[in-house]
Amino acid sequence: MTSAAAPRAGHEPVPDPTGHFGRFGGRFAPEALMAALDELAGAYAQAQADPSFTEELAALLRGYAGRPTLLTRATRFSERAGCQVLLKREDLTHTGSHKINNVLGQALLTRRMGKTRVIAETGAGQHGVATATACALFGLECVVYMGEEDTRRQALNVARMRMLGAEVVAVTAGSRTLKDAMNEAFRDWVATVETTHYCIGSVGGPHPFPMMVRDFQRVIGVEARRQVLEMTGRLPDAVVACVGGGSNAIGIFHEFLPDSSVRLVGCEAGGEGVETGRHAATLVAGSAGVIHGMRTYLLQDSEGQTLTTHSISAGLDYPGVGPEHSWLKETGRASYRAITDEQAMAAFSVLCRTEGIIPALESAHALAGALQLGPELGPDGLILVNLSGRGDKDVATASAWLQPGTGGRE
Amino acid sequence: MTAVSRAFEQASARNRAALVGYVPAGFPSVAGAIAAAQAMASGGADIIEIGLPYSDPLIDGPVIQEAVHRALTAGTHVRDVLATVTAVAATGVPVLVMTYWNPVDQYGVAAFARDLAAAGGSGMITPDLTPEEAGPWLEAAAVHSLDPVFLVAPSSTDERIARIAKVCGGFVYAASLMGITGARGKLSDAAAGLVARVRAHTALPVAVGLGVSTPAQAAQVAGFADGVIVGSAFVQRLLSAADEQSGIIAVRDLAAELAQGAGQDR
Repeated sequence: MTSAAAPRAGHEPVPDPTGHFGRFGGRFAPEALMAALDELAGAYAQAQADPSFTEELAALLRGYAGRPTLLTRATRFSERAGCQVLLKREDLTHTGSHKINNVLGQALLTRRMGKTRVIAETGAGQHGVATATACALFGLECVVYMGEEDTRRQALNVARMRMLGAEVVAVTAGSRTLKDAMNEAFRDWVATVETTHYCIGSVGGPHPFPMMVRDFQRVIGVEARRQVLEMTGRLPDAVVACVGGGSNAIGIFHEFLPDSSVRLVGCEAGGEGVETGRHAATLVAGSAGVIHGMRTYLLQDSEGQTLTTHSISAGLDYPGVGPEHSWLKETGRASYRAITDEQAMAAFSVLCRTEGIIPALESAHALAGALQLGPELGPDGLILVNLSGRGDKDVATASAWLQPGTGGRE
Repeated sequence: MTAVSRAFEQASARNRAALVGYVPAGFPSVAGAIAAAQAMASGGADIIEIGLPYSDPLIDGPVIQEAVHRALTAGTHVRDVLATVTAVAATGVPVLVMTYWNPVDQYGVAAFARDLAAAGGSGMITPDLTPEEAGPWLEAAAVHSLDPVFLVAPSSTDERIARIAKVCGGFVYAASLMGITGARGKLSDAAAGLVARVRAHTALPVAVGLGVSTPAQAAQVAGFADGVIVGSAFVQRLLSAADEQSGIIAVRDLAAELAQGAGQDR
């Protein structure tokens, strides 16, 4: 991770020392948390400089999480996309999504800081499961906050977390989804910060979380860039990933930032369509503001009240986004588009039937993005898709959507 | 000297701690919140905090969450908050707005400061804004002679306390405990030590809030601080009342009891 963390020449490192990505990021947090955020930033800086930390993390990623993950040439899916598609297989990690990369890093930091309890928020439950897993491995107490609505639609993951020894708290405030789970986790943290680490699951929250989580997820892009070059002898024309909070997208984008020929495309949850207002397409349809400790794009009304979001995918159902994505949008280095529930489910189905891979509903948004980009790039085009997670948790939702007999749309 | 500082000085002259009471605008209704704030003042509150209802109140406990949820559901807007400030300030009591940052950010901090000053407001308490990100607000506060009130917490280092106290106006808000708003059975042991640490860095009054709800706790706080801040206990009276009118009477009674408490142990 040490060598991976150093940006290649020609790319200005962000954030600045106070956590700003241009005008985004920073720290908009209660004073009670400032000491803990400073402590975390300090512990993280020390860990980065300590070879024993980076070696231990690398060993865990290799021997426990199952890294490096495969790069799969999706031949039959490529025919449907009209260009060559490669899949970065984060679905094959232990716990079934990229979330484990970040959680192992933060669990090591928790231990270094001498804390014994970990809290987390989760939407789809992937981060919650990963956190519960790492806490079991490290012998840490674990409490996961999850919106009540999400505990229903992701019941399998709730069962997994409990099996792993975590306490799952169903949050009944507000819209009962990811944003409310995050509010509740912050409320816990303010009262317990002396013994508790808040393991944020995405590249959001107050500094240093967006930077630190990005660094833990960079491994995806570092591996993928090397694998694509080995497999094809060239860089991809586009890298595509889904964006809720944006951690898998930042993770795969980052190593490609200096490669100006590579388009970076983030796929947000378009829900029932951006024009209906029932969506979670923060960068496509939102505006800059402050939420959950950071300045970033968010979905809000004219008076700054957070809007209710919708997506078929619980993991993308969030009104904010990591501040580095806001910065990448503003600088034009990455572009973002909205993928509707219907487009995501169609892409989900195509991947199941052409490649024998059931993707997470979140990742299906990236696949839909590839299906849109393919015709633009043509048969010689090369797209790298981050398949951020597997779809076991989504089988009930997908079955209900696709219905027996119409499942193919093939 | 600002109206807020003067209120502390007047309380001190009567050998008591100042009582600061909170109610969110729009709860139980726009008119009800105005009446409740006025009842607090007539009961003995020296300074009033008007909360700006926000969708994601992440350092508020269940009582204030419920109140602001009701205020927002009933359609409370920023203009209602400013109208509430106008109505309450008209009675002569200094009024501060208590707000999470995003609504002010969206309104435009310069415009908000201008309109708050025009409404007769005395300043703003910002629980999720620390001096690091407060540059534009501090400039606007200076232009409009508003008091910027920041929080210090038991976890704040002395360096941070010095930095925060330096930019505060009116008073320094000392959070008595690590946690969210809401009544607690017992006053936190951390409060007195924190107040002493703040005093080492500023001549401003120091008021203690978070978890203070009873006259006995107010009396304890008055023993070491310049002000007692009470929020959830007032809101709870309004939530528990059979109707708006009886809630407002209960608020006035509580203010009187707390004000009496704030005059003991001195």
